[in-house]
Amino acid sequence: MGMTMTQKILAASAGLDKVRPGQLIMAKLDLVLGNDVTSPVAIKEFRKIGAQKVFDTKKVAIVPDHFTPNKDIKSAEQCKFIREFVREMDIENYFEVGEMGIEHALIPEKGLAVPGDVIIGADSHTCTYGALGAFSTGVGSTDMAAAMATGEAWFKVPEAIKIVLKGKLPRWVSGKDVILHIIGMIGVDGALYQSMEYTGEGVAELSMDDRFTIANMAIEAGAKNGIFEVDEKTLEYVKEHSNKDYTVYKADEDAEYNRVIEINLSELRPTVAFPHLPENTRTIDEVGDIPVDQVVIGSCTNGRIEDLRAAAEVLKGRKVHKGVRTIIFPATQQIYLQAMREGLLEIFIEAGAAVSTPTCGPCLGGHMGILAKGERAVATTNRNFVGRMGHPESEVYLASPAVAAASAVAGKIASPEEVVK
Amino acid sequence: MIQGKVIKYGDNIDTDVIIPARYLNTSDPKELAQHCMEDLDKDFVKKVQKGDIMVAGKNFGCGSSREHAPIAIKASGISCVIAETFARIFYRNAINIGLPIMECPEAARDIEDGDIVSVDVYSGVITNITKNKTYQGTPFPEFMQDIIKAGGLMNYVKGRVSK
Repeated sequence: MGMTMTQKILAASAGLDKVRPGQLIMAKLDLVLGNDVTSPVAIKEFRKIGAQKVFDTKKVAIVPDHFTPNKDIKSAEQCKFIREFVREMDIENYFEVGEMGIEHALIPEKGLAVPGDVIIGADSHTCTYGALGAFSTGVGSTDMAAAMATGEAWFKVPEAIKIVLKGKLPRWVSGKDVILHIIGMIGVDGALYQSMEYTGEGVAELSMDDRFTIANMAIEAGAKNGIFEVDEKTLEYVKEHSNKDYTVYKADEDAEYNRVIEINLSELRPTVAFPHLPENTRTIDEVGDIPVDQVVIGSCTNGRIEDLRAAAEVLKGRKVHKGVRTIIFPATQQIYLQAMREGLLEIFIEAGAAVSTPTCGPCLGGHMGILAKGERAVATTNRNFVGRMGHPESEVYLASPAVAAASAVAGKIASPEEVVK
Repeated sequence: MIQGKVIKYGDNIDTDVIIPARYLNTSDPKELAQHCMEDLDKDFVKKVQKGDIMVAGKNFGCGSSREHAPIAIKASGISCVIAETFARIFYRNAINIGLPIMECPEAARDIEDGDIVSVDVYSGVITNITKNKTYQGTPFPEFMQDIIKAGGLMNYVKGRVSK
């Protein structure tokens, strides 16, 4: 029996020729990541066992992005605690406010994730780097602590779901709609303990930003990781951003999958996930009349340049509906700068949207856009759980940047097809 | 052997309801425990007694990787979580911090709120004392039992760290 992409990467990282699903292995890590919420717990655990230094000062990355720029005194204390650790350990990849971005947009941009890497991060959306053909997965703080000390982590080799993409995305349909469609189809535990492996001729039709969005939300289907076959677009991206060595792994012809799903990209429609689970999806045609109080465009899922371009295409020359608070968060400083140079920020501000410095803030109900009781938001973020963006009786609808921008203009959930005529 | 009274919840209990992000500006277990389950069940912190067992449906602990979630549950006094299935990051985190958990669909469906239940995490045997029934859960593989016996992941890796 052959191996999947994930199984091959894991075998190589454990120094084995072959692994089988269910096997427990100890993998060597290429990057260990943490943020300002998870790192303080990890640092305390790291100290508890008397570790004096991290396994490799180049292979640990800490990005304070959740409650930064600090929202209150406690968050400021947490970041100070991290900063002192970073200095003491001489950690190279630490990104302070000003150069900071949302970790899962920043790490690829900085060239810290490349094909074939094995990456863990104390943040559930670490699975984003699967877009580059890496194995990357979210863990907790204690795993991060042990990994910072040893450079290793244990894994149970996962089974896989093969997702074969064909066709080409229609206008106004994006990577976000692809992943919401898949989660709607298989459910929030549809890929539990498994990898989601994307292949097929349709992959070539997806931009890297679309692939990042799709890999990012593998966790919302319960998956261990999402991973894309490496192609020319991947290698072009890597060449542009990184000088790290990389290895391209391809699944064996006779690799075994738990399930094979075929998706024709040409048939997809803009898709919205209703409260309070990402699996509660409906196409834009089935949404009905849903007025909104707030629109959030950004996050590790949809804060990249193409996302901002899609939002700008809808908002250009239009105004957000009176009373709809529209907040746009470029995911990194580089994306912010590029959006400025392309004139996107001007379009947003003229439309009546607020543009913020990069932060995870509103996505997890941290700061910068919290919802009051009974309020409703359309967000390009990744979770719509009870209380995710604020009051437990508020609601979050997940959608693409184009749908979110159209909803901002219409004052209710709307299709870009209706707004841009 | 763990024994306690059951507090029961449904499917897809996510880490945002176990401990909302607005409390993640601290990692103090006692402070986190004061807000455990707050957005789902306001009475949880009032009713939970030391040793109680939490039982839930499928995909328990889905969502964020915040270790604050199992920490809050453990610090609230819960001695064990039984579920049909666990989200994978929560599963790792619980083992790593020493919160006993057990996957057992049959038990998770059959046990009711208020039942008295005992759990042997090594054999995987769950006994419903109230209903006089037993269920066989999935015991941990030996490797994970070693982590639990060592008192968590950090003690387990202690010998291999850079000093």
